[in-house]
Amino acid sequence: MALKIVKGSIDRMFDKNLQDLVRGIRNHKEDEAKYISTCIDEIKQELKQDNIAVKSNAVCKLTYLQMLGYDVSWAAFNIVEVMSSSKFTYKRIGYLAASQCFHESTDVIMLTTNQIRKDLSSPNQYDTGVALTGLSCFVTPDLARDLANDIMTLMSHTKPYIRKKAVLIMYKVFLKYPESLRPAFPRMKEKLEDPDPGVQSAAVNVICELARRNPKNYLSLAPLFFKLMTSSTNNWVLIKIIKLFGALTPLEPRLGKKLIEPLTNLIHSTSAMSLLYECVNTVIAVLISLSSGMPNHSASIQLCVQKLRILIEDSDQNLKYLGLLAMSKILKTHPKSVQSHKDLILQCLDDKDESIRLRALDLLYGMVSKKNLMEIVKKLMLHVDKAEGTTYRDELLTKIIDICSQSNYQYITNFEWYISILVELTRLEGTRHGHLIASQMLDVAIRVKAIRAFAVAQMATLLDNAHLLTGNTQHSGICEVLYAAAWICGEFSEHLEDPMATLEAMLRPKVATLPGHIQAVYVQNAAKLFSTVLCGQEGAPADSKVAQETSQLLIDRLPVFVQSDNLEVQERASCILQLVKYIQKLQQKDVEVAEEVTALFAGELNPVAPKAQKKVPVPEGLDLDAWINEPPSGSESEDEGRKTKGKAVFAREESRHTKPRYTEVDEKELAMRREVRKAEQANNPFYIKASPSSQKVYQEAVGVEHIPVVQIDLSVPLKVPGMPMSDQYVKLEEERREKNKADRKKKDKKKRREKGRQRRGDSGPESEEDITPAHMVDIVTEEMPENALPSDDDDKDPNDPHKALNIDLDKPLADSEKKLPVRTHRPDEVLKSPIEDAEGLEVTSEPKKKSGKEKDKERKKGKEKKKKKHKQEEGEDLMEAGSEEPVQSKVTNDVAAQPPASTPEASDLDFWLSNAPVPSDPQEAAAVTDAPPASTPDAASGVAAVVPDSEPEETKSSKHKKKKQKKEKDKKKKHHHHHHSDGAREESVQNGTVEDEEPLPPMSNYAMLAENSYIKMVCDIQGNLHDGSQVVVSVIFENKCDSFIKSMEFNVMDSLNSKLQRPEGAGPHDSLTVPFHLPPGISSEARFIFSVQSIVMPQKLKGTLTFIVKTEDSSTHEKLDFKLHFTCTSYLITTPCYSDAYAKLLESGDLKGSSLKLEGINQPFHHLLARICFHHHFSVVERIDSCASMYSRSIQGHHVCLLVKTADQTVSIDAKCDEPGLLRNVLDEIKLTFSQC
Amino acid sequence: MIKAILIFNNHGKPRLSKFYEHYSEDTEQQIIRETFHLVSKRDENVCNFLEGGMLIGGSENKLIYRHYATLYFVFCVDSSESELGILDLIQVFVETLDKCFENVCELDLIFHVDKVHNILAEMVMGGMVLETNMNEIITQVDAQNKMEKSEVRL
Repeated sequence: MALKIVKGSIDRMFDKNLQDLVRGIRNHKEDEAKYISTCIDEIKQELKQDNIAVKSNAVCKLTYLQMLGYDVSWAAFNIVEVMSSSKFTYKRIGYLAASQCFHESTDVIMLTTNQIRKDLSSPNQYDTGVALTGLSCFVTPDLARDLANDIMTLMSHTKPYIRKKAVLIMYKVFLKYPESLRPAFPRMKEKLEDPDPGVQSAAVNVICELARRNPKNYLSLAPLFFKLMTSSTNNWVLIKIIKLFGALTPLEPRLGKKLIEPLTNLIHSTSAMSLLYECVNTVIAVLISLSSGMPNHSASIQLCVQKLRILIEDSDQNLKYLGLLAMSKILKTHPKSVQSHKDLILQCLDDKDESIRLRALDLLYGMVSKKNLMEIVKKLMLHVDKAEGTTYRDELLTKIIDICSQSNYQYITNFEWYISILVELTRLEGTRHGHLIASQMLDVAIRVKAIRAFAVAQMATLLDNAHLLTGNTQHSGICEVLYAAAWICGEFSEHLEDPMATLEAMLRPKVATLPGHIQAVYVQNAAKLFSTVLCGQEGAPADSKVAQETSQLLIDRLPVFVQSDNLEVQERASCILQLVKYIQKLQQKDVEVAEEVTALFAGELNPVAPKAQKKVPVPEGLDLDAWINEPPSGSESEDEGRKTKGKAVFAREESRHTKPRYTEVDEKELAMRREVRKAEQANNPFYIKASPSSQKVYQEAVGVEHIPVVQIDLSVPLKVPGMPMSDQYVKLEEERREKNKADRKKKDKKKRREKGRQRRGDSGPESEEDITPAHMVDIVTEEMPENALPSDDDDKDPNDPHKALNIDLDKPLADSEKKLPVRTHRPDEVLKSPIEDAEGLEVTSEPKKKSGKEKDKERKKGKEKKKKKHKQEEGEDLMEAGSEEPVQSKVTNDVAAQPPASTPEASDLDFWLSNAPVPSDPQEAAAVTDAPPASTPDAASGVAAVVPDSEPEETKSSKHKKKKQKKEKDKKKKHHHHHHSDGAREESVQNGTVEDEEPLPPMSNYAMLAENSYIKMVCDIQGNLHDGSQVVVSVIFENKCDSFIKSMEFNVMDSLNSKLQRPEGAGPHDSLTVPFHLPPGISSEARFIFSVQSIVMPQKLKGTLTFIVKTEDSSTHEKLDFKLHFTCTSYLITTPCYSDAYAKLLESGDLKGSSLKLEGINQPFHHLLARICFHHHFSVVERIDSCASMYSRSIQGHHVCLLVKTADQTVSIDAKCDEPGLLRNVLDEIKLTFSQC
Repeated sequence: MIKAILIFNNHGKPRLSKFYEHYSEDTEQQIIRETFHLVSKRDENVCNFLEGGMLIGGSENKLIYRHYATLYFVFCVDSSESELGILDLIQVFVETLDKCFENVCELDLIFHVDKVHNILAEMVMGGMVLETNMNEIITQVDAQNKMEKSEVRL
């Protein structure tokens, strides 16, 4: 035995260690690979020995070789051996090697579970630490599941060193094993307040990382983070928190308002640039989330822009870079504030640092206006010429195109100039973006009809000089522009001056060296040109010779293409060749053929919006997944083929320039490809369709007489040697503007003389509107299918691992969740009420205070409706504990029956947020919160959630006091569980999913209120979720006339039951001022709050809107009467309900029934349900085939349950509610809804 | 999240590579080469940030680097990290190396890459920043080295 040890250590002395290996490699520079392969052989020998020291030395060397790019996965088992050594030295080497080369598909990983578990519980903290570090790099779903509990225990380890590592690694565990998130989260939250700053920082790190992906689940932590932000001094933690707030504010505008002040303070006080920068960034995010243009925020914007300017002017390039980066974020919402720093940004374009130039380029995008576009692009073109390195030049090129084409060519006043710019860009050598230039050329030529003649002339020149483009660089992408040039010349050949010459240019033998897809376009368009030539010639019958020569030219030149190895080219060429041969025969018989040939290419091609095909709704009754013919069994390849085809028709991205591949393919595949191609051609706006009827339709639809005819100013020669053409345009444009300006001045002077007095400031710099386009252009908009679906589905990556972590963390833990579930026991699909969870939680959260028996007693007392105060509070506690709103446990039922003021309906978060200064005027508040006009249930519920802010202050303060007391009490109890029912959001998710699955006809909540020739009012009425006596009326005012509408006043005659809430001090008949003016064509939304007493009956209120219509020379006072209709539906609030709670509710027998039959309903059942959900604020509890149960709750807590059944066009609704009057009216309203559609 | 930490010299020879996402050995080498290519062509006094290479996430990720004498220290991070914060972290890393190796130079990294890994492990774990306090890092590293020595003596 002793001998063996001695022998081992002697062996070791002769082994190479890591240093020897490195030295050896350095000494074998010439034959490194050979040397390393001998080393690897040695290592293999060493690994075979029993001595762990030798093994670990070998593994250590392997780790080094792995860094050099050698695959060492063959030694995985040896690595595991070294990991399991009892000595720390070797263990560390093993874990390091594992962390460098293990990954999910390393099979020996499953052998490590027990070893890692042993190390995690080792008495030596460094064993544990090393295991955690290693595990963080190679954790797999299996390891995460098996070790989650062990790691969770370590989160409460006595040593902070272990705690922080355990906290950090939990993030990896969550990613691999999402089921662990909910059980582990309470502990994670505790760690935010760990005494050790390192642990705290780790917890902040993890939660920020989680929240960044699914921010809405972490909104309820905002108060805690806010506290940390104001107390922490660790800049790392502060930066993370501030970044997190940046992600949260878009979800909760009130949070933003609360943040502005402390952030501004930090900006002023901190000396750390990193912190300052993140503060500025988050302030920007806040400002973006708040409504723009609020006067009190302009100071914050100014502060940000000012600080950023300082950063940009700094000599430190890093600060400069970041300053520009943040500036581009402001640009999106507050372009004006950035535009004033144009000088600075243009200066950055000349910076020697490419990163900075790129950022400055990003900013330029938002800085252009009609006035300065040409100037800026000219500057960029200079940079293009100077630029070294193709990447930066390509970037410049795309930016120029982006800038010019943005918002539908908004800033281009002269398209001739733009075409010249594009043509100039084609002279760039070696750019990758030929296709981009090409698509711009096509787009402009197709959509700007007025420019076609000019574009065609330019393209003809391009074609003529094609050899310059293709030159020696065959593979450069620039030849793509020839694709566009050929197509434009062919399609709009009527504008060509000399079609014959262009035709000749297109049939040069050199064309055959172009890529196949371009040749195909050449061939096709040569045919179009041919038809034009024929047309031109036969008009003058004297000279039929030219026409015949043209035919001969085609017959001579086309055979080259017929022999092309590209199928597309070959097919088209042989078709056309035969056609021309036939025509030639006719020509020789002196038959007039021009008209018929032209008919081949008649009709106009309209631009189609890029997503148009995607938006074509799937016709009803068409099931894309159903087989047309049952497949012969076991033919999987066909299955795939069919799928692709289906995709191509209904969801495929348009690909205009598909490059055919030259791989060998079997016949089946060829057939499949042909199918795909056909579908693609049907898709391709530039492909001439076979069916003549559709072309006719186009012709009629467009109407030739609408094409504006433009006189091209021929003072510009088409080619100017020596000077780029675009410069000429710049010059001309300047002259033109000067002239316009002079003209205008003259006119002004005349006017001034006539009128006597004039406003001052006219002689200042010309404003945007003053710049008239050089010629009127008609930019054709892109076509969309008639009944395109409005929804723009987001293109989120379905494989994002963070999707699985979108888990509601506010829901209390169920008993079963206390321990981490084993993978096989995935949570049930069926929604279960968290009622048991609530009880379970209570047992654990207050076990020392009360015994189970006592608690039972209390619950019984609760049942008996005890009125003693502290008991009531107990009830409230319970309610809070199980606070997911829809819980219908008996206890909560009782509480809900109490006057609404005492129920803690508003969540802690709302409470915390509402501490922010509340504007006293309800309208102002409404304007501040400014949600977009709600047209979906989602947005509508958003409004409901936001409105509590605008409660009058008096009712609020008393409520707050109560809550504060309670909160303090909660704190004393160390009651850490924050339950923020996010009812509104959750409900929208539910309804949202219903809608996502099955496309619905568009619905709007907004009903017409009143309308006259000046103004239109539509309104939406919603109950206030947080106050049983409030109804919020959102009114959209739309200015229909072309005058300015101002001083709008809104007034309603109050009834005994319903009253408009007016600001303090206003009389009961005073009207409310609408807080905005309406320029012509603009619509805007204001919100009014009404208090109601009884909600059993519908109400109608008469009201009047008075306003002043201001035209240029006069203003008139106008008024519009309206009737506000508070339906019973508007008192209902969409509230989700779990099926078991629902069943209990029905069993309780407190509800009275009523029923309704609707006949002749022939819409799909899911549409019917969606309508009820949408118009009447119900949510679906359960749906089985043609039967569904639905639930809703009134603002005063009445439960309304529906059972909807359908059988051949008859819908029967059985309903139950604890208030029969309300129910009757709601049913009547449902009936009305369906009689209307 | 930090996606990768790379150290290479002025010729692109890797001195340390730590990837927090799995790539094959070949891809790793390509990433190192690409990153070297991107970083090395930049002048001395330009900013320390640039868009990540195509292989490692493209423009979603940023490369944040510092150049010390013969070595480039490059961190590839996503948008959740603060740019200036990471620059500070690189500084802390280098200062820690300097303390542990006493006037660190490229040779130290060449011959003791395992030690560098151990130091890094106390700063960054699984792509997340673990500790930024240099003294704390050095304390932990020293304690572990001491343990190692005592084991050797046995």
